[in-house]
Amino acid sequence: MLLARTQRSVLPGFGLSLGFTLAYLGLIVLVPLAAAFLKTAGMSWPDFWAVASSPRVVASFKVSFGISLFAALVNAVFGLILAWVLVRYSFPGRRLVDGLVDLPFALPTAVAGIALTAIYAQNGWVGQWLDPLWARGIQRLSNLIPWVNWPEFLGVKLAFDRPGIFIALTFIGLPFVVRTLQPVLNELEPELEEVAATLGANRWQTMTRVVFPELMPALITGFALAFARAVGEYGSVVFIAGNMPMHSEITPLLIITKLEQYDYQGATAIAVVMLVASFVLLLCINLLQKWSRRYYRF
Amino acid sequence: MSVQVHNIRKTFGHYTALADVSLAVKSGKLTALLGPSGSGKTTLLRIIAGLEYADPGSGQIQFHGEDVTNVPAGKRKVGFVFQHYALFRHMTVFANIAFGLRVRRHNRPPQAEITDRVHKLLKLVQLENLAERFPHQLSGGQRQRIALARALAVEPKVLLLDEPFGALDAKVRKELRRWLRQFHEGIHLTTLFVTHDQEEALEIADEVVVMNQAKIEQVGSPQEVYDRPATPFVYEFLGNVNVLQAKSLANSGTPSSLSALQAGGHIYVRPHDIEVVPHETGAPGIPAVLRYIHAAGPQARLTLEQVENRATVDAEISRAELVRLDLRINSLVLLRPRQIRCFAEDYAI
Amino acid sequence: MAALAATSSLAVKPSPHGAGPRVIRNPWWVRAFFMTVALLFVLCFLVLPLVAVFTEALRKGMSAYFHSFTDPDVLSALRLTLLTAAIAVPANLVFGVAAAWCIAKFDFYGKSLLTTLIDLPFAVSPVISGLIYVLVFGLQGWFGPYLGAGDHPWFGAWFNAQDIRIIFAVPGIVLATIFVTFPFVARELIPLMQAQGNDEEYAALTLGASGWQTFWRVTVPNIKWGLFYGVILCNARAMGEFGAVSVVSGHIRGETNTLPLHVEILYNEYNFVAAFAVSSLLALLALLTLLLKSLVEWRAKKGGA
Repeated sequence: MLLARTQRSVLPGFGLSLGFTLAYLGLIVLVPLAAAFLKTAGMSWPDFWAVASSPRVVASFKVSFGISLFAALVNAVFGLILAWVLVRYSFPGRRLVDGLVDLPFALPTAVAGIALTAIYAQNGWVGQWLDPLWARGIQRLSNLIPWVNWPEFLGVKLAFDRPGIFIALTFIGLPFVVRTLQPVLNELEPELEEVAATLGANRWQTMTRVVFPELMPALITGFALAFARAVGEYGSVVFIAGNMPMHSEITPLLIITKLEQYDYQGATAIAVVMLVASFVLLLCINLLQKWSRRYYRF
Repeated sequence: MSVQVHNIRKTFGHYTALADVSLAVKSGKLTALLGPSGSGKTTLLRIIAGLEYADPGSGQIQFHGEDVTNVPAGKRKVGFVFQHYALFRHMTVFANIAFGLRVRRHNRPPQAEITDRVHKLLKLVQLENLAERFPHQLSGGQRQRIALARALAVEPKVLLLDEPFGALDAKVRKELRRWLRQFHEGIHLTTLFVTHDQEEALEIADEVVVMNQAKIEQVGSPQEVYDRPATPFVYEFLGNVNVLQAKSLANSGTPSSLSALQAGGHIYVRPHDIEVVPHETGAPGIPAVLRYIHAAGPQARLTLEQVENRATVDAEISRAELVRLDLRINSLVLLRPRQIRCFAEDYAI
Repeated sequence: MAALAATSSLAVKPSPHGAGPRVIRNPWWVRAFFMTVALLFVLCFLVLPLVAVFTEALRKGMSAYFHSFTDPDVLSALRLTLLTAAIAVPANLVFGVAAAWCIAKFDFYGKSLLTTLIDLPFAVSPVISGLIYVLVFGLQGWFGPYLGAGDHPWFGAWFNAQDIRIIFAVPGIVLATIFVTFPFVARELIPLMQAQGNDEEYAALTLGASGWQTFWRVTVPNIKWGLFYGVILCNARAMGEFGAVSVVSGHIRGETNTLPLHVEILYNEYNFVAAFAVSSLLALLALLTLLLKSLVEWRAKKGGA
């Protein structure tokens, strides 16, 4: 008996609120999402596979998932440091920085995209210094390790190439790690570090053996959230990516390209692959949180 | 190992947590730091552990005569047990206890010896079969004992316990404090524990240090501090007490009235030190009206009102006595203090 | 269940331990290193983009900046953005309150599944959010053939009579916006109402209040800050959404362009000053959102949400 009340309650409005919730959820979310799956169900398996495994699509998967993974990793490291600094240290402007962390949530992605492009392009504030350095670094690497195609792998410039995608995805994912870690850090008892100290552990041992394992579940959750968000991101990336097919074309852009060519089936097939990936990711995050709640709370 | 505290001062901003406190903790004894919250007892314990530094320029902490004021916590060889245990949640009970041995840089014992020692400690705290459990699978009392075993693993010279039973429910608390007493008999490690519960301190400690408002009020055996409180605060904090006007006692003509009159101010009498006699006897005593009788429990507790100034007085008499006196509510009686204590006016609290 | 947009939330308790241990802490050079790294990261990824928006917008001076806003296309995009938010935010607000009411106040089977489903739109790429509406209402979609074609006995005639277009028109933009902002209010209210429990509602009912009176006089005042919090986040996303809206919009200047879409058009036409000028408007909206958000958090920390 799904959705049957387990207990009678004296509060009114159960039927009304649940009915409205289900109807709205069904109309806005479930029916349209089902449309995507039904559309692909109309395709034959070889047709679906032909789309999903075509070289351009596979290349876009590699770009989207690969760079998202890398950006989420960088966010995990820097987000951890930033959360630590925001919770543990007091300095002038701390509240301002804390508020600013949510900027990627609040700033429209298109605005973020053109602003990041303006900064990291060859003539931009940071780009004019960093871009030549990057190009020279890639050159060096190619001389040093010639059997890897470095310009293809890492790009030769910052904006309008793969590094640009990385910059945009790092921006987008930044709040996730910080915001999942902050409450955990806040609740971390100082006694844990003190007891480790009285037991003779030095600061490094305390950090690596006591503090870090305590933060691990939140860190992984934040990482997964940042990754999930980055994979689907579109607005901030298209301006800075260069969008070269097979090299710096992300999957969401490819979906739009297919749509513009009226290739609805192709677009839907790619979308279904991404949807399944993000649902699996959502499931993992849920399980992880459930596990850590049971494990880490008493 | 003995612990000496010399003139330690600690302030947090404008708030004084410890005002030039000195204390000598005897080697091998179980000492209680007793006081209300905010009296500075936990701060003192943390300064002894090295988790807090005293104000610069204030005194010294010595372990067995050796100055450790600037020795970091990890090198003082103290075992510290927190009120909420502070067990490492991601480690098993075994790993928690072994932590202090495993983080050693020098003379880290070999794995076999660590295993051996952890199992010995588990046996000591009577939790042998819980080695592979995680903290969240244990009860509060079990967690407390694991925290104790973890502190003992590094073979500390001093054991410091911050409100060790504070987070437990009443029944477990009683069991565990009896257990701690026995446990201490077995190891004779210098142990200092903080508590705000006077019953707990009086029941298990060899020596009680009573603290109030950043100062030490009295140090002595449980019997000393209970029977001969040094200050009005100690009198009030350890058990129930009646505060009477010296004047009313002087007027009563009881034997102790003369000294009371000389001292002036207030007289302190414990409820069980008050004799209740019927008014008809005409003996010297303070006249009072009986207002309530609480007869539940081993002793009958009487609430009385002095005739002279309507101030309330509590008295405790045996139930046999209650039957013998055949007291009624609102009957007039005489109160005769058996043992009183006076403090000069400037001592008033 | 999980927070797929695990942003800060009012339901998170304020810190019990704050600054951590006093004596046991990292050496000063470690602290200095962490501080430097963290602040540099914030500078490069957060501060510079924000500053860039305004400097680029003002590059050709004040008059060029303000001139950008006289363009009728900009004004119509602004109007459409406001209209979209004015529909999407109240719709999701009502939904959020209803969902939170049944999830937080009652126990029923399938509750955790429902909570997960509400979070679902956060897991979907914006582009796909737009795509699914194209699949439902587009010419190739389920209802598409009936829209405008008029060959379905009921739908077609009705849609024809109303002259309604959904995809590449305003209704599609609104629907896609509702989809991407769907969970904001609900996910803010559910934990808040769960934490508050039912006791006050029970008390009101025993005192003779009706269901509606209880809701308006007891529940709503208790959740008003959480509600406001959810609404400002929902609004920021509704006005700023790009990917989903881009798919369903059709990009008709002066008709189906929202502000973020117009930024793209201006940028692609190399009209950088105008693009950044419009962006600066959206950036101000973002800053206002952050400010209000901080204020609400500060209030909640001070004295109960």
